Amino acid sequence: MSKEKQVLSVPPSVQGVDRNLDTSLHPEAIDVRNLSFYYGDLQVLYDISLRVPERSVTALIGPSGCGKSTFLRTLNRMNDLIDGTRCTGECLVEGQNIMSPDVDVVLLRKHVGMVFQKSTPFPKSIFDNVAYGPRVAGERTRSVLNDLVESCLRKAALWDEVSDRLHTPAMALSGGQQQRLCIARTLATAPKIILMDEPASALDPASTDRIENLIGELCANYTIVIVTHNMQQASRVSHQTAFFFKGRLIEVGPTMKIFTSPTQKQTEDYITGRFG
Amino acid sequence: MSISLQETRVSFRQGTDSLLRRRLLHSRVFRVVCLLLTYSSLGILGILMGSVFWSSLSRLAPDFLSNHYSMNPVRCGILAGIWGSFWLVMLTAAFSIPIGVGSAVYLEEMASDTWLVRLIRINLSNLAGVPSIVYGILGLSAFRPLMLSLQTVFDGTRVVNVMGLFRVRILHLEIFDGSVLIGAMTMSLVILPIVIIASQEALRAIPSSIRVASLALGATRWQTIWRQVIPAALPGIATGVILAVSRAIGEAAPIMMIGVLTVASMCPGGIETPLQMLQDPTRLIAVPFDQFTAMPVEIYDWSKQPDPQDRFTAVAAAGIVVLLLVLLLINAAAMIVRARAGRNTQW
Repeated sequence: MSKEKQVLSVPPSVQGVDRNLDTSLHPEAIDVRNLSFYYGDLQVLYDISLRVPERSVTALIGPSGCGKSTFLRTLNRMNDLIDGTRCTGECLVEGQNIMSPDVDVVLLRKHVGMVFQKSTPFPKSIFDNVAYGPRVAGERTRSVLNDLVESCLRKAALWDEVSDRLHTPAMALSGGQQQRLCIARTLATAPKIILMDEPASALDPASTDRIENLIGELCANYTIVIVTHNMQQASRVSHQTAFFFKGRLIEVGPTMKIFTSPTQKQTEDYITGRFG
Repeated sequence: MSISLQETRVSFRQGTDSLLRRRLLHSRVFRVVCLLLTYSSLGILGILMGSVFWSSLSRLAPDFLSNHYSMNPVRCGILAGIWGSFWLVMLTAAFSIPIGVGSAVYLEEMASDTWLVRLIRINLSNLAGVPSIVYGILGLSAFRPLMLSLQTVFDGTRVVNVMGLFRVRILHLEIFDGSVLIGAMTMSLVILPIVIIASQEALRAIPSSIRVASLALGATRWQTIWRQVIPAALPGIATGVILAVSRAIGEAAPIMMIGVLTVASMCPGGIETPLQMLQDPTRLIAVPFDQFTAMPVEIYDWSKQPDPQDRFTAVAAAGIVVLLLVLLLINAAAMIVRARAGRNTQW
């Protein structure tokens, strides 16, 4: 046992997450270099540099308005949808700068999927929700879609609950089921990276638990970046934690280190609940 | 001790507070005034409908629907008006739905916020308020020359040389000035702003989270609009379109400007029953270019007929009853569409 002072009692991690992982040894899935972001004249991200290792979970924490969600959305260019946004710096995915103007955002978003805070099932059947991504990409063969829908629902731990009613409206599912459906829907586009924007913040503890365990399972095959307000959650599900404050990346490191021996005073204050 | 308690006791009994009594009186008077205003207009409407129905009784018979115009009020019918209005509305819908919904999709989903787009958005509601007679003049000056040039092209004497290989004689089409086509084009102008505004509102009611989620799954903007936004907005769009179409059925002024028949004893394309449409579908080609009349135009004409015994009043009243019934049916359809939509959409 280390002699470092323990600033927070860290809860046990979910299965499949090693919080002492030496992330520098992993090949990187995302490499952000000197990223700054502006809404019009207002700068919201200052010179962010962050490596996200492959097949791991990176948690972004920080108080409201610190820029972590904005940062997450730059990773699949969802901020493009907002008028008057501007970005400098580089963000390398698969060795390509995704900020470059010749990047096709449709191809990028297939590779970098996203799950939102509010579950947003389409007003269609469960099957059609999961099959939507492959269908817009041109897949029409029924048997392929059937197999894909089943495997994605299994991966999202939803198959057993919905296998007998795949063609009923997705809107009729419970909140937790809807969110797992959204994860299944994202998996169906076969992404390598999944961005999650507070995926469990609107769910009850039992559903949250299921989502967290699911993240632990998924990180064996996917790279996950998750924004969360819940620090217990960050400490449970992530290999690496990044602390954002006022648009700056204050500190990033293995989750165990951030939660037990942060090097920055601001990180320690936030984690111990002195502000935020 | 007990005496002082009694003095400070609060009374909740009615009428204790004179100021409050006056305030309550005001409130009650206001309620009665609002109630009177509501029911008086309803009552007047009821009286009007009742009197129209009453005066129509002497002509309201099945043969009123199947007879043509006649100088004899006892045999005069609205058949030509029904078919004329039917084709007019069909063609108007065919023009205004794609253009209107397309414009709404562009303005809501695609256009960036430039001064031109803002100008269009603001002026749409102004356009919806423009008197329909103005659109009639517009149709007359803009579409009638088009008709005239079509007439010269399809007069049956013109021969086209196709690439120097063979010569083709352009078929002869009977094209009339006040045709269904130009009427529908003019009527489309009248209802386009309404269709666009209704469609815009339906599109705006779709939560943006649906669009964002679709885009995040690698859908293009076109796929997002076509597969998510429009299907979700369709009930709202359909309601708006149906109500706009019902306005087109009731309008007389714009099509009178372009010169429809008032005294008509023919139906467009010679189609007088739905069966004839199936028996001889080639007649459909002639429909858009044929002359026509419409229900409100006929009603207007009947009400102007000089008749010493006032017998055409009953004909006009019967026409109004038929027109109102059609409008009622259309509005009922809109309500059904809306009710169905409400059942499926909970975000």
